[in-house]
Amino acid sequence: MQEQAIHWKSAANTRIPYRLYVDEATSALEQERIFRGNTWNYLCLEAELPDAGSYRATYAGSTPVVVVRDADGEIYSFENRCAHRGALIVLDKAGRADDFQCVYHAWSYNRQGDLTGVAFENGVKGQGGMPETFCKQEHGPRKLRVATFCGLVFGSFSEDVPDIEEYLGEEICARIERVLHKPVEVIGRFTQKLPNNWKLYVENVKDSYHASLLHMFFTTFELNRLSQRGGVIVDDTGGHHVSYSMIDPAAKDDSYRNQALRSDNERYRLKDPSLLAGFREYDDGITLQILSVFPGFVLQQIQNCLAVRQVLPKGIAATELNWTYIGYADDTPEQRKVRLKQLNLVGPAGFISMEDGAVGGFVQRGIAGATDMDAIVEMGGDHAGSSEGRATETSVRGFWKAYRQHMGQQAADA
Amino acid sequence: MIDLLQLAAFNAAYAQAIDSDSLEQWPGFFTEDCHYRITHVENEAQGLPAGIVWADSRDMLSDRIAALREANIYERQRYRHLLGMPLVEAADEGTARARTPFVVVRTMHTGESDVFATGEYHDRFVRRDGRLLLAERVAVCDSTVTDTLLALPL
Repeated sequence: MQEQAIHWKSAANTRIPYRLYVDEATSALEQERIFRGNTWNYLCLEAELPDAGSYRATYAGSTPVVVVRDADGEIYSFENRCAHRGALIVLDKAGRADDFQCVYHAWSYNRQGDLTGVAFENGVKGQGGMPETFCKQEHGPRKLRVATFCGLVFGSFSEDVPDIEEYLGEEICARIERVLHKPVEVIGRFTQKLPNNWKLYVENVKDSYHASLLHMFFTTFELNRLSQRGGVIVDDTGGHHVSYSMIDPAAKDDSYRNQALRSDNERYRLKDPSLLAGFREYDDGITLQILSVFPGFVLQQIQNCLAVRQVLPKGIAATELNWTYIGYADDTPEQRKVRLKQLNLVGPAGFISMEDGAVGGFVQRGIAGATDMDAIVEMGGDHAGSSEGRATETSVRGFWKAYRQHMGQQAADA
Repeated sequence: MIDLLQLAAFNAAYAQAIDSDSLEQWPGFFTEDCHYRITHVENEAQGLPAGIVWADSRDMLSDRIAALREANIYERQRYRHLLGMPLVEAADEGTARARTPFVVVRTMHTGESDVFATGEYHDRFVRRDGRLLLAERVAVCDSTVTDTLLALPL
């Protein structure tokens, strides 16, 4: 494997080699060093595993995994791969099970992922069967460490990854707690197939610079302007971030009009403004908070519209984006209706996120033939720390800081 | 009595409005207090209420078209709806319930055509001033996955 293929021009993360989005060797290494490395992968919500035996089949990167609640109330996760020949153990996306059996040769597993049964282990009528030396305890799918935080279930293949709270850090923990402070309920799930490398979507999430430029809806209706009060938090590793802002009519200044931007269109008004008629539910006045956890988790609060997103690589130029829309379990019918309406802002047809599904593809197509060149990520300088302003790419640089750390591509490569 | 032929003719006009880029006509197929939602079979089976698009008024549908025309960025594309025969579940003078299967082929500006969505409309029709209108249309897609984005209505 030719790791040297990626040439970072400097120790700073202001120039991103386009080759990173198209390189086979990089893609394979990411699976090993990031998704099966010292990271926590978001798997599902605890709310999706309500009872003993509730399970979901999902992925850690491209590795299929099962996550399941056992009778002891604990959540377990293991690779969705039969120890025998490697077939998927679980075929359904979700369900309830006392145990699991591979359909191929009926090898069975308990809810903790232990191999418990081998069909015809002792042969048939004294013929065949497994050798006496075969020990079931020594075989089984790989198990993941599981950690839960505020109802989010994470899994890791690493024994060395820090505990989840340490991994997230105090500031990120506090910002997750702010939204997931009481039990949630799933109100819908949608998947988008994106025509681009997974990193382009993660960068887009972290890029507070593009939001009010690409998304006219945001700007015109005062949901998010760079001139609003808010900020960007980047944790010490660089990998996690929070971008937040507060709707503030006083922020509607001339900074946009002066640049004659397409996104500032005074004539555009809603005939049915109930779409944006939210209610105040957080004391701190923050009306928008986008939070990401390295490598591929996003928690979103856009007014009263709450969702988690899971970003999964599906080869070099394909990404699966799984949206899980949530409300609080104690929502009134009126509150739930507000969330359903505001969900028009996000997802595959979202007034403010429709474009995010496409821009990654624009880059993926744009960089063909330029794979020896670099992207420029220099808004706000070259640091990757927190920032009060949001006309910055600081959290994008943070992503690359963490990425290079995990991939072993630090300054030594420069 | 609302009959099969009336429903089929309604659907033909509905599909034609979208497929010929006469999107401004589209809200006119609905009542003022309509419900329109795009979802998929798994959400529907589990009773999960959210939609890719979720509207409870004709004005919200008009706003969506205005956003497509003025605000949203998406590559030029058009649809071809192929609608099956409505399965009429109930009908009388002024109302009807029906299910109609659809296939929507999307042609991008590059010239490529792909099956973008298949599924079933779950409809509730009413007659207002002699005209058939949709009081409710839930487009239940067979696939749980949307390719890139959904811009035009189904």
